[in-house]
Amino acid sequence: TSKGAFGLGRVAMADEIAAWDIDIRPDGTGLPEGKGTVAEGEPLFADNCAVCHGDFGEGAGRWPVLAGGQDTLLKDRPVKTIGSYWPYLSTVFDYVRRAMPFGDARSLSDDDVYALTAYLLYLNDIVDDEDFELSNENFASIRLPNEDNFIPDDRLNEPHYAKGLEPCMTDCKPGPVEITARAQIIDVTPEGEGDENT
Amino acid sequence: MVDKTDPQATKRAASRRDFLKAGLLGGAAVAASAGVARAAGEPLITEIQDWNRYLGEGVDVAPYGKPSEFEANVVRRNVPWLTSDPVSSINFTPLHELEGIITPNGLCFERHHGGTAVINPADHRLMINGLVDTPLVFTMEDLKRFPRENRVYFLECAANGGMEWRGSQLNGCQFTHGMIHCVVYTGVPLRYLLEEAGVKTNGKWLLAEGADAAAMTRSIPIEKALDDCLVAFKMNGEALRAEQGYPLRLCVPGWEGNMWVKWLRRLEIGDEPWAQREETSKYTDLLADGKARRHTFVMDVKSVITSPSPQAPVTHGKGPLVISGLAWSGSGTIKRVDVTIDGGRSWQPARIDGPSLPKALHRFYLDINWDGSEMLLQSRAIDDQGLVQPTKNELRAARGENSIYHNNGIQTWHVNTDGVVENVEVS
Repeated sequence: TSKGAFGLGRVAMADEIAAWDIDIRPDGTGLPEGKGTVAEGEPLFADNCAVCHGDFGEGAGRWPVLAGGQDTLLKDRPVKTIGSYWPYLSTVFDYVRRAMPFGDARSLSDDDVYALTAYLLYLNDIVDDEDFELSNENFASIRLPNEDNFIPDDRLNEPHYAKGLEPCMTDCKPGPVEITARAQIIDVTPEGEGDENT
Repeated sequence: MVDKTDPQATKRAASRRDFLKAGLLGGAAVAASAGVARAAGEPLITEIQDWNRYLGEGVDVAPYGKPSEFEANVVRRNVPWLTSDPVSSINFTPLHELEGIITPNGLCFERHHGGTAVINPADHRLMINGLVDTPLVFTMEDLKRFPRENRVYFLECAANGGMEWRGSQLNGCQFTHGMIHCVVYTGVPLRYLLEEAGVKTNGKWLLAEGADAAAMTRSIPIEKALDDCLVAFKMNGEALRAEQGYPLRLCVPGWEGNMWVKWLRRLEIGDEPWAQREETSKYTDLLADGKARRHTFVMDVKSVITSPSPQAPVTHGKGPLVISGLAWSGSGTIKRVDVTIDGGRSWQPARIDGPSLPKALHRFYLDINWDGSEMLLQSRAIDDQGLVQPTKNELRAARGENSIYHNNGIQTWHVNTDGVVENVEVS
């Protein structure tokens, strides 16, 4: 039992913590020993990933795009991928090992995940050598291009949240109010009554 | 219910039903006989109805009750084109049909990343590890021996209204605002569990992890974890629904729904955030200058008129009209809700009815006398921190159109002279 006020629970054993605590931080904390190359990652990706994400990470159908989209973040329709958007490589390794392939999570070995992560770096032009080997030794030295573009939450500095603003109650808009957008013109709302998922 | 052993009773019921069916066979017949009906009285009153003569169902028919069959349209709905797959997807609470502030459990919207995990509570474990004096494992039985709290909180998906950043798209408040629910949670204050393990002084962040196939993870500042977070096992009095994290979920009051980790199995203490997928690739808010906000935890002050709305048109003509809506803020209680019927040229305060609880839904009403002319309805919430709900154009001016998350802009409904309502935007 615990030494806490209630004495409830029991001490977690080392093997139990190791089984569940698989998270990795941007500085590499938590990485398992292992390694894999771009060349090893390519067939693994073809066998386990390409059916949804495309042979080159371009995304099949509406499934997520994993590669490309560089220099689109300022565009009307940004393409947010590992290469164009994600700040840290640690997230790639962690998430693939944690939750992929979709429907068969935790089925990849640590070396598989290193190889797949190396292949995703290659697909995103972050490494260009098919013999590049990613390991727990060199992992933290790899930086993703968009790392510096994440900022803290500063919503409350936006003008509409300025302190002491009393909202207008009368005569707030001169002239008639015009409709500028209509949902019925787009007409993408599901119809049908009664059944969920209709 | 008809006694099937009595042939006469069965025959009487059948003939009564045939008569009723004939009477319902079309508006023309009803309209033609309306004058007669008025003179003779409404048949629903002057004629004995089935439910007034024959017995209803016994108490042994429905051990766990369901809504009336006449409420079959009050259901969660999804929008298939929004996601690539219904397993990592979203559905929507039918806000337009609900009143008060409590969402019925079966109607609470769902958001899964790996489907609904099905876990026998006897097999569930909660681990606390990391920067603690003693890493611990709890069973559900253990957790139910800690002192409990009951709290009413809204849970709003960070993406609620996200499809509306570029303009009016989905026609109904179920779809534009329905990634939200509000229930009374029963659970253990998270700080009791953390104190049991003993958080070390350098423990500044908490990682919460789910047991589902997505193994959902989020980093939470330790101040929030020790403040008002709950580890909940009941909602609205009964066990969590499977789709809401049965047997255990995290409640992070006022903060974006993604952080309310379901099927909660692990809490790790660390000295820095973990930059997990759901706080880097997702749940970060891209701005017009290419920067992206991260750790946008709080859900801003927000409101919506739930009726009239596109799925709840005005069908009764001119005269008294109840404008009903919801307001909420992740920062506290709602102090005031203003309503306009002319697209924002003039506003009047609405009436908040029912409990006003921090980080919970609030119900507001404005009772008007509709003259049958077109209306542009909007609501504007103000919370107890003095934060005023912005317009969508103010949000776009500050953020651009690609933030996806945290759209709390003022919603406009256009009511036409026939009472039909549409999702619009106005100048």
